[in-house]
Amino acid sequence: MKVELTVNGKEFTADVEDRTLLVHLLRDAANLTATNIGCETTSCGACTVLLDGESVKSCTVLAAQADGREVTTLEGLAGDDGEMHPVQRAFHQEHGLQCGYCTPGMVMAIVSLLQENPSPSEADVRQGLEGNICRCTGYHNIVRAALSAAAATKGAGK
Amino acid sequence: MSILGTRVIRTEDPRLLTAGGVYVDDLREPELAGAVRATFVRATVAHAKITGIDASAALEQPGVVAVLTAADMTDIPAPPPAEEPAADAPPPEVPMPMGGKWSEPLLATDTVRFVGEPVAIVLTDSTYQGEDAAELVSVDYDVLPAVASIDDALRDESILFPAAGTNVAVRGGRDTSDDSVFDGLDVVVEGDIVNQRVAALPMEGRATAAAWRDGKLTVWTSTQNAQISRLILTSLGLSPEQIRVVAPDVGGGFGAKIGVDRDSIVVAWAARHTGRPVRWTETRYENLTAMTQGRAQVHHIKIGGTRDGHIRAYRLEIVQDTGAYPRMGGFLPSLTCLMAPGVYDIPHVQADYTVVVTNAAPIAAYRGAGRPEAAATIERAVDWFAAAAGLDPVDVRKLNFIKKEQFPFVTKTGAPYDTGDYEAALDKVLAQADYARLRAEQRKRREHGDVRQLGIGISSYVEITAADATAGETARIDVHDDGTATVYTGSSAHGQGHHTAFAMLVTDELGIPMDKVEVVHGDTDLIPDGVGTYGSRSLQLGGSAVHKAAIEVKDEAAKRAASLFEARKADVVLDKATGAWHIAGDPDKSLTWAQIANAADGKTLTANVRFTGDRPTFPFGSQLSLAEVDTETGKVTLLRHVTADDAGPVLNPVLLEGQRHGGIAQGAAQALVEEILYDPDGNPLTSTLADYGAITATELPSFELLTSETGTDLNPLGVKGIGEAGTIGATPAVQNAVIDALAHLGVRHVDMPTTPERVWTAINEAALRAAREANAK
Repeated sequence: MKVELTVNGKEFTADVEDRTLLVHLLRDAANLTATNIGCETTSCGACTVLLDGESVKSCTVLAAQADGREVTTLEGLAGDDGEMHPVQRAFHQEHGLQCGYCTPGMVMAIVSLLQENPSPSEADVRQGLEGNICRCTGYHNIVRAALSAAAATKGAGK
Repeated sequence: MSILGTRVIRTEDPRLLTAGGVYVDDLREPELAGAVRATFVRATVAHAKITGIDASAALEQPGVVAVLTAADMTDIPAPPPAEEPAADAPPPEVPMPMGGKWSEPLLATDTVRFVGEPVAIVLTDSTYQGEDAAELVSVDYDVLPAVASIDDALRDESILFPAAGTNVAVRGGRDTSDDSVFDGLDVVVEGDIVNQRVAALPMEGRATAAAWRDGKLTVWTSTQNAQISRLILTSLGLSPEQIRVVAPDVGGGFGAKIGVDRDSIVVAWAARHTGRPVRWTETRYENLTAMTQGRAQVHHIKIGGTRDGHIRAYRLEIVQDTGAYPRMGGFLPSLTCLMAPGVYDIPHVQADYTVVVTNAAPIAAYRGAGRPEAAATIERAVDWFAAAAGLDPVDVRKLNFIKKEQFPFVTKTGAPYDTGDYEAALDKVLAQADYARLRAEQRKRREHGDVRQLGIGISSYVEITAADATAGETARIDVHDDGTATVYTGSSAHGQGHHTAFAMLVTDELGIPMDKVEVVHGDTDLIPDGVGTYGSRSLQLGGSAVHKAAIEVKDEAAKRAASLFEARKADVVLDKATGAWHIAGDPDKSLTWAQIANAADGKTLTANVRFTGDRPTFPFGSQLSLAEVDTETGKVTLLRHVTADDAGPVLNPVLLEGQRHGGIAQGAAQALVEEILYDPDGNPLTSTLADYGAITATELPSFELLTSETGTDLNPLGVKGIGEAGTIGATPAVQNAVIDALAHLGVRHVDMPTTPERVWTAINEAALRAAREANAK
């Protein structure tokens, strides 16, 4: 089947098998490999992307379900000038990543979280990240990165 | 001012944060163009004879290139007959099958021994086609009784390796039969402690891509050691020179990616056998059933001492479940024995081990690898002893610590501890946590009979890092004509921050700015000789090698500078702040690194070294965990976790803290939630992340880290390893906290993971016991 969607602001069309998962469309057809696969059960969140601005786990969304919609992946987060998004910047400053594998999903999940709740408490962040597993950081610095991104975004009046 | 010891954020991050890493499945190398996808057909029963494999239906499917089984592996030389290792053999550098009677085939031949064992490999044009076709490969099994537990294994009724005649693969350690060491002691406690089987669970599972071209095999694999992987791959009948192994970005390892597994060897073989590039990325189901797992020991202990708290004797008897094949799991309990007495000066220590095979995934290294099991048990045993003696667990620990002035100290099990100040680390933790106030709060809740009770768990630990210090590590530094430098390290990064740390070492020694220092790892064409990353060895061995190479490069540069200045070498100095060379006392005339690198007729300014350590180092620390337990539901909430983890002088606090955070979380995960389970027929019950309780952000607090820096003289940086310390300390601290919250209810022990069900059952069994005793009176 043919799917047409907007990926990181650009039109993207592909002819795929009906059963194709969104994550495979992104990785294999669109060649956007930042989005990783960590499980097949919607448990780990490594494949989190934004679908029409809301975070979804792209390993359990069919490419067909994204037809006509807008997808944002980690590659589409930085500004056109290459400047990192506040959440990316906070991950760097706070050492919120080690091996980097869960990171694209974590960053997208936090972008979505902060859109819904721009001033989260630590407990809000921890609750909001329940569906994203990280094996390296013990979450400590990921939580700090989320809180510091929230503070920075507010400070910038965004 | 030196850059060492300062907070430097990672140079690795901008790429990982904007484009994402390049893991094996992300590779778009031209050599992999047109690669076929590998899908394994895996055993669906735990223990069975294979009576037939029929691939005909699969071969008719669209996109199927080949279905290969062990019968197709006629182009691999037979492995040399392996000798069984001596019972007291040191841990191997490489997790290799033991061979001989216990040999582990690449693909199953006539027998399968665990659910998930690879039986055949299906090559297809696409991943989805592979899943479809693998379903259609029909394997006929003649099912044998499963050995699904240590008890099953010890009964020796069903035998995994008939030629061995027993399920016991190894016995070792020291004699534990002399009971006289406990004679006359006031307080003697005995009991069983389970250190359950857990998953390593790197977020990127195993993944390998391979291409055979012009007589050379290139293998990209998610590994902790490209060079060891190359050595293992020579078992395909190729010389090392015919193999290039590349470790691209690696999404976590935690010990389970040391070298390459049989699955990856099969993928590499398939590329050579078919002449087609092949790529394989495992699913989480494969990862949770067929990647090596960790721990899986059962301990019986006996501890005794005087009423005033002096521990006089300790006995540890270990049974290690090593899963279906005795790989590294056959050796891990020797480390557990070595570290049995932990931080305590105990006059009599006995420790022995028995390794058994079971129909489960093989056991190998997992963050701590043999040492966490020792720490978890001695720290439970000390709490048992303190409770039986009616003493505070802190007081008992302090009374029995090896004292600062006793170092270097050789334990009764033969561990040569280098340096330590155990009491100082514990005092720091107690002060930060306000121990006295916590005990007062605990008393108050107990007196009020609160539903939510408070538990305070202490662990004081010591561990062994760079256990194979004598194997050392390599480093080469080239300074280029433009004044930049490249470091080639035999160590291997997968999240630790090697590139930042090693660049800092070069900058510190040579004054070349960090952004002009590139660090390269994990490519055997560029770095043929190296050991890699495991056992918390990277900074102390790999970092020391980089440091040594930098000193050699500087020495060579000084010679060149002297020649250019027409001065004596002794009069030439490097200003590390600017990276400029001068004649001492004459700062106006200077030479840059570029000028010096350009001198000497195009001869590269380089140093190529290997640093070897004489002995392992022994980092230590104390951790305090504060847990709240809901006595009505059994639910545990971790409120605080305070640690002082001492690995010597800190190179970069940012990286050190990251290692500790991750370590603590994995340690707490074992104490609280994680466990790999099999049913009595050997079927895995935790084969997806929906079933395996991987710890999440909601189950953990932020951690309170304290600084403690006791150096060692065993390497020039004075450092010890920090990668596993957090894990080793956290597991017993958290478990002790949970049990401490229930102590006044008569609960003496709860095995890990301390799930609500286990905690609730322990509370209710204790209440029932108390009621029975009251009735009996």
